Amino acid sequence: MAFEEVCPDRIDLIHKNYRKLCNLLVDVEEWGQVVIINMLTRYARTQFTSPWKEDGVFDENNEKAFYDSDSEEKQGQKEAKPYIMDPDHRLLLRNTKPLLQSRNTAVVMAVAQLYWHLAPKHEVSIVTKSLVRLLRSHREVQYVVLQNIATMSIQRKGMFEPYMKSFYVRSTDATHIKTLKLEILTNLANEASISTILREFQTYVKSQDKAFAAATIQAIGRCATNISEVTDTCLNGLVLLLSNRDETVVAESVVVIKKLLQTQPTQHSDIIKHMAKLFDNITVPMARASILWLMGEYCERVPKIAPDVLRKMAKTFTSEEDIVKLQTVNLAAKLYLTNSKQTKLLTQYILNLGKYDQNYDIRDRTRFVRQLIVPNEKSGALNKYARRILLAPKPAPVLESAFKDRDRFQLGTLSHSLNIKATGYQELSDWPAVAPDPFVRNVEVIEPVQEWAPSVGKAKKPKSADKFYSDNEEKEEEGSVSGSEDSSSSSEESGSESEEESSEESEKTSSDSGKSSSGSEVSSSESEPEQKKKKQIKKANVRRSKQTAADSVSDENGNGPVSKTSSSSAESSSDSESDSEEDSDSDSPALQKKTVVKTEPKVEVRSKKEVSLLDLDDFSPAPPSAPKSSVFSSSLLSDLEGLSLSVSSTMQVTTSSFGPVKTYELLHHMTGKGLSAKYHFPRQTCLYQPSMVAVQVILTNSSDHSLEEIHIGDRSPATLNIHCFNTVERLESEASVTVSMGIDFSDSTQAANFQLCTKEDQFCVSIQPAVGELLMPSTMKESDFCNEQKKLMGMNETSATITMATANTSKQNISKQVLSVANVGVVSSDQNNLQRFAGRTISSGALVLVTLELRESSTALLTINTEKSVMASMLLRDLKQALSQA
Amino acid sequence: MIHSLFLINASGDIFLEKHWKSVVSRSVCDYFFEAQERATEPENVPPVIPTPHHYLINVLRHRIYFVAVIQSEVPPLFVIEFLHRVVDTFQDYFGVCTEAAIKDNVVVVYELLEEMLDNGFPLATESNILKELIKPPTILRTMVNTITGSTNVGEQLPTGQLSVVPWRRTGVKYTNNEAYFDVVEEIDVIIDKSGSTITAEIQGVIDACVKLTGMPDLTLSFMNPRLLDDVSFHPCVRFKRWEAERILSFIPPDGNFRLLSYHVSSQNLVAIPVYVKHNITFREGSSQGRFDLTLGPKQTMGKAVESVLVSSQLPRGVLNANLNPSQGTYTFDPVTKLLSWDVGKINPQKLPSLKGTMNLQAGASKPDENPTINIQFKIQQMAISGLKVNRLDMYGEKYKPFKGIKYMTKAGKFQVRT
Repeated sequence: MAFEEVCPDRIDLIHKNYRKLCNLLVDVEEWGQVVIINMLTRYARTQFTSPWKEDGVFDENNEKAFYDSDSEEKQGQKEAKPYIMDPDHRLLLRNTKPLLQSRNTAVVMAVAQLYWHLAPKHEVSIVTKSLVRLLRSHREVQYVVLQNIATMSIQRKGMFEPYMKSFYVRSTDATHIKTLKLEILTNLANEASISTILREFQTYVKSQDKAFAAATIQAIGRCATNISEVTDTCLNGLVLLLSNRDETVVAESVVVIKKLLQTQPTQHSDIIKHMAKLFDNITVPMARASILWLMGEYCERVPKIAPDVLRKMAKTFTSEEDIVKLQTVNLAAKLYLTNSKQTKLLTQYILNLGKYDQNYDIRDRTRFVRQLIVPNEKSGALNKYARRILLAPKPAPVLESAFKDRDRFQLGTLSHSLNIKATGYQELSDWPAVAPDPFVRNVEVIEPVQEWAPSVGKAKKPKSADKFYSDNEEKEEEGSVSGSEDSSSSSEESGSESEEESSEESEKTSSDSGKSSSGSEVSSSESEPEQKKKKQIKKANVRRSKQTAADSVSDENGNGPVSKTSSSSAESSSDSESDSEEDSDSDSPALQKKTVVKTEPKVEVRSKKEVSLLDLDDFSPAPPSAPKSSVFSSSLLSDLEGLSLSVSSTMQVTTSSFGPVKTYELLHHMTGKGLSAKYHFPRQTCLYQPSMVAVQVILTNSSDHSLEEIHIGDRSPATLNIHCFNTVERLESEASVTVSMGIDFSDSTQAANFQLCTKEDQFCVSIQPAVGELLMPSTMKESDFCNEQKKLMGMNETSATITMATANTSKQNISKQVLSVANVGVVSSDQNNLQRFAGRTISSGALVLVTLELRESSTALLTINTEKSVMASMLLRDLKQALSQA
Repeated sequence: MIHSLFLINASGDIFLEKHWKSVVSRSVCDYFFEAQERATEPENVPPVIPTPHHYLINVLRHRIYFVAVIQSEVPPLFVIEFLHRVVDTFQDYFGVCTEAAIKDNVVVVYELLEEMLDNGFPLATESNILKELIKPPTILRTMVNTITGSTNVGEQLPTGQLSVVPWRRTGVKYTNNEAYFDVVEEIDVIIDKSGSTITAEIQGVIDACVKLTGMPDLTLSFMNPRLLDDVSFHPCVRFKRWEAERILSFIPPDGNFRLLSYHVSSQNLVAIPVYVKHNITFREGSSQGRFDLTLGPKQTMGKAVESVLVSSQLPRGVLNANLNPSQGTYTFDPVTKLLSWDVGKINPQKLPSLKGTMNLQAGASKPDENPTINIQFKIQQMAISGLKVNRLDMYGEKYKPFKGIKYMTKAGKFQVRT
């Protein structure tokens, strides 16, 4: 409730609690349920795609998804034809369903509106029963429920048709209930049921409640227009009602008959005649006016009677109501045009009377009509068209439900009830065309990363604004990370997340970048031309980051959620600026330059580049191809060694144990039509750009013919900063070549997807780095380490107690294990039970400090201090795994 | 949410007001009176009335309007439901909910309202919790309070509120452990002129009065749970169990509560326990009308139809009725034109009838419509839908409770068009 009251717009705050809310909903007290359900309805409308339509719009996208790598395929499917509901969406629907049984009518109504607004069309009908049950409740409840049913029944007759009899009117109902029931019955009427309904209506017309009887007549009129089979029956019935003794009934009938005749002005002159006869007895102004209008409109059908009616009117003109007078003038004018011989004088007389009437409307009308029809020398061109003006064929009125336009309001709201926008009404947003990222919701649920929660810890002081941003960004990343953990196919999910990120960047830097990504949500936005979609995504992202900002630091620093979107690129660029040892070459795109302008250079990057050449024997998140790789590794070893030594400025070999390099398969020779590719991380500073991670790719031709022009093609996201290797002109059969490339992962573990092309073929491949590879070692003294660590306390600290495998308890083994996981440098320490490692993230240069405090009986406290909390949690996990394994 | 509450009696006096947030001037009720004036009948006042700055949501119960003032968007049913809950609570506390009862217990009323709404949001609406917070008034307590100046507000916070079963207070003790269940069914029927049934529905409730020591866990099973088409439960009922096994499993609140209300699927043919033979005619030209009504039992499975009450809203033209009942008494109110006939028990051997003439206004034309006849009755020991409770078991406590089940059928909205 507080949420609703304080910040109903902050949808973003719900993300993390969404699933919890859904699951606890049944146990919440009933008043809270109402509020929560309403809130979740609004939330769901912004977060899920519409279940209502088959989406053909995504066709273009599908195609792309098919031929992009796996990672997008899943995204593509989601948008593909058989609409797959977001599991969270389903969760909400499933968990609210039992609440339909609640004894609290407000809860039932809330669930009903939730289903109405959120559920697929065929599922909405389950609420019908419960709504009908509410009709047994108190009068006031009935009133509100009937209003809502009326709106629903306009759009979906089928829902309530089986319960039609529940809407039969009882004589004891209050008038407004009766009218509402009537409304619903009218909405429900169809060819099959109309006869029963009309029979019911006949009873109602005789009701003592005259207002209700009048409403019934209107309902009959509506039925008559809607269902053409019964029009004549209805018309006859209505004509019979003209002889009713009650005035309101007759008047209403006349008005309805008028409308009906207008819809089908065929051979109904006898009805008009009949009405003309009744004219003397009818006193209700509206009815009289209606008859007069009918006479005028169809005066050619009743040439004898019309002038006579006009004659009568001329007599009583002065005592008539205004509306009748206006119609009299109208009739006179029409008759004058059609039958001027008989009515010329009468018309003159009436126009004269009208000229001196008290009401200015009538005086105006009279003057206007006179100029129009009476020919004189001053009357201009209009005179000729008088006939066409006055006797133009008029479109029939459409008899519509009064509830027609109510569906613009959310059901069950006060605004809906009043059909006025009430203060504080929250418009229910339209479905997003593209679902905002679903992973925002699994952030804390799947992998509770504690360090976020106590957000009060001191933040880093010296690096103000852009540091905060980076936090936000990391949080987003974390979403992707945890998402990837929870499902087996890691690359897909993290891919989607980060693609959004990068698309944001692309929007920032080059808003027109035509192909910023491949098949994920972003690409769908791309494939649809409107910018709107982009905005939505962007908005969603902004919201998300807003949220994280609010969660983490913005309380301390007011400027939290401002422009975080540029963060990742900003960071990377500032880095590239500061350490220009190997300056950025041709490949660094415009993106960097632009963002550099925006952000002031960040922290001075203190560290000299430290590249340790490490050979790893174990890597925790093993990609599918792992087992095969070792064959190549040994041959590479020497090669690598030399390379890295020559490049790195300060070489620090931190471990003596050289295991085989962990290589990953990039492209299998079966899928690659003979071309196979493997990659590994040499853990050296990238030659091309310091913010890039060096990757070595071994290309092998296992086919029986030589391959030509091996190069890198399209990449996704398009902003992905890759330094490609030079095109391999020719690779003979059974030969292999090692090429190195640089990829800027922007400190995230999202996969880099690109195409490996030969002359004939293109293969989609992706490289997903382990978090440890995104680091570079940093040497520092223990005192420096402690100082830095102090700056990175609180929320920047992640720690866990781990149990180590007995083989790992020696200091050497520990560092071996740690270094196998992460590319960090050992900080020499005096303390025996403490081991320290320091590193920096490659793209942004943020410090990553790892402390391992040995405790008794092979347990240890592992602490990681870094601003990049996402990385911290991932690193923690990897280290934990490595250390607990023998 | 709810800013203020005004209680307005039938004559249009605001006799109680309560503000939760800021004080809203009484003058806001003028809009309500305006709407009331426009409505011909007291029931016709629209439940939701917009005013320039506020919205008034009212319910009419026991001839008292409960008018809630709200300032911004809120689901109207939320407010309506709450107001009804307030009325139910008053009724629970004072036995009746009349102006006099409210005025007599004005202190308790304010205490209750204060507890039920917190800054405009519903807080404690569960009657069990409220009763722990605020003791229902008794003569003795009223006397003690007047002398000592203490209040009814309990010293301790209700114990149940923080537990898993917020509806039940802890530490309940009884010497006689009893659990009574009343299965009450109401039958809603519209019968048309010719005697054929237009609609017939059965709605039922199971009201319980459970006085059991400790934390008993009850299960109630039906012989024929399939009959129940649409059910709504007290929060204590475990919904999963019902879904899976069609068994009601619950830890009951202490005292009286409504366990379940249900709807019997309309596909089943509904046995209509009463038939009506009627002949009500007005002759054109004469100022007399004939009135002839006979009631008879039908499909009652041998049970007696009791407390029969027939009422009918006669046309406006009727001046007086001169009728002769074969049993019971009848009254005719010449102002409201309401005829009511208290029949009592229907004796199948000697069917009750009401015959006589009606005097019409001289010169008035024949009324268009014949009056509809509303009938109320009760049949004990029978649930018209055939619902039967199979067994009631108790777990979690050692003692043996006394169990009782009662069935009853009542007429709901039983209308006969003539």
